[in-house]
Amino acid sequence: MLVRDDVIEYSLDAHHSEEEGRKIRRKIWLVTLLLSVVTTVEVTLGAYWKDWFDHSAWNTIKWTYVMLTLVKATYIVMSFMHLGDERRNIRAIILVPYALFILYLVFIAIWESQYIHWLWETYL
Amino acid sequence: MAGDTTKTLSNDVLWGGGRSPFSISYGKMMMWFFLVSDALTFSGLLTAYGFVRHSTTEAWPIGEEVFRALPFTNGSFPLIYVALMTAILIFSSVTMVLAVEAGHRMDKGGVIKWLFATVLGGAFFVGSQAWEWSHFIHGGGGYITTTQGDKYWVHNDEHDTHDPTAHDSFHLVKAVEGHYLKGVEGAEHLDRNASLAIWNDRVSYVDGANMRRNEYGPPQYANFFFFITGFHGFHVFSGVIINLIVLIMVVRGVFHRRGHYEMVEKAGLYWHFVDLVWVFVFTFFYLL
Repeated sequence: MLVRDDVIEYSLDAHHSEEEGRKIRRKIWLVTLLLSVVTTVEVTLGAYWKDWFDHSAWNTIKWTYVMLTLVKATYIVMSFMHLGDERRNIRAIILVPYALFILYLVFIAIWESQYIHWLWETYL
Repeated sequence: MAGDTTKTLSNDVLWGGGRSPFSISYGKMMMWFFLVSDALTFSGLLTAYGFVRHSTTEAWPIGEEVFRALPFTNGSFPLIYVALMTAILIFSSVTMVLAVEAGHRMDKGGVIKWLFATVLGGAFFVGSQAWEWSHFIHGGGGYITTTQGDKYWVHNDEHDTHDPTAHDSFHLVKAVEGHYLKGVEGAEHLDRNASLAIWNDRVSYVDGANMRRNEYGPPQYANFFFFITGFHGFHVFSGVIINLIVLIMVVRGVFHRRGHYEMVEKAGLYWHFVDLVWVFVFTFFYLL
């Protein structure tokens, strides 16, 4: 094994024992179950919602999709990518700049697109 | 998880020098920075899609109507194929995280087993996407528009792009206003002779999809489909290659000699990110 004494080897911090591994694997399978259930709900809703609900329900369904997607994304990032196990500092520098920029981008794009839509409807 | 990240360290030690305030190796941190920039790219693409979809005054195609085909079958299975692709990708993400876990126990056999499953899952996904692209490009028969400005769907048992009228089953179906796809219940099916008369009177014939026009909806729809799923598919493809290289290195014992399997973790981060992007593409392209 190569160990340099002039740098701190952070990679070794992630090592864990057999028993801890069992616990971690159990959590992995629980998250898998959750992701599968959410995806099944999404697909079933997408394929059959017109048979079950009125057309006016679309807005609620749309936001349900967005919420379920964010739930899935949170579990993938925090559990599968282990960001939830990292220090608070690294979590913040990954998530905060991204969130700030994208929330603004989404807001401005949706807002402006409604104006463009109105423009084309009126003058085209 | 065990290790340094859960240990309580004083702020003096963290920020005062001597050790990283993030308690994370250089490689992992740079992978995270790359993923943030890549996430911004994908978010930009999906936001652009949202912008175009919201601003257009034309009817936009609906996912469950466009994507309803399954290989080896003729029936209508809305979203089933893409759900299958999603399942494959999520499960290859699970096998990846299990490979990372095995690496943390220095279990070489476990890493090989799970990483191999991940490569397999990724290859399946890329193959599925190739099939879906092919189906999307070839289309389901297409439509014609006439000099009167009417729109008719072309129906044919055998899909023939060169001369649809050559087959006995050829006939036209009048398009129902507001519906973008054929097969709408109650739509009027014309007989072969009437269909041929209208066919000869056609102004345009749109079949399948390309960058200029497509039978599903506005041109931007196909453009975004090709660009976003293509860009994602390229990520999956390169992810499979990276995982394969790491797998070969694991088999040769490179990481075991090094004393840790962090390379698997870094490749894993990239692979999970590909899955993460697909979760959003799936929602915004196929469901909404």
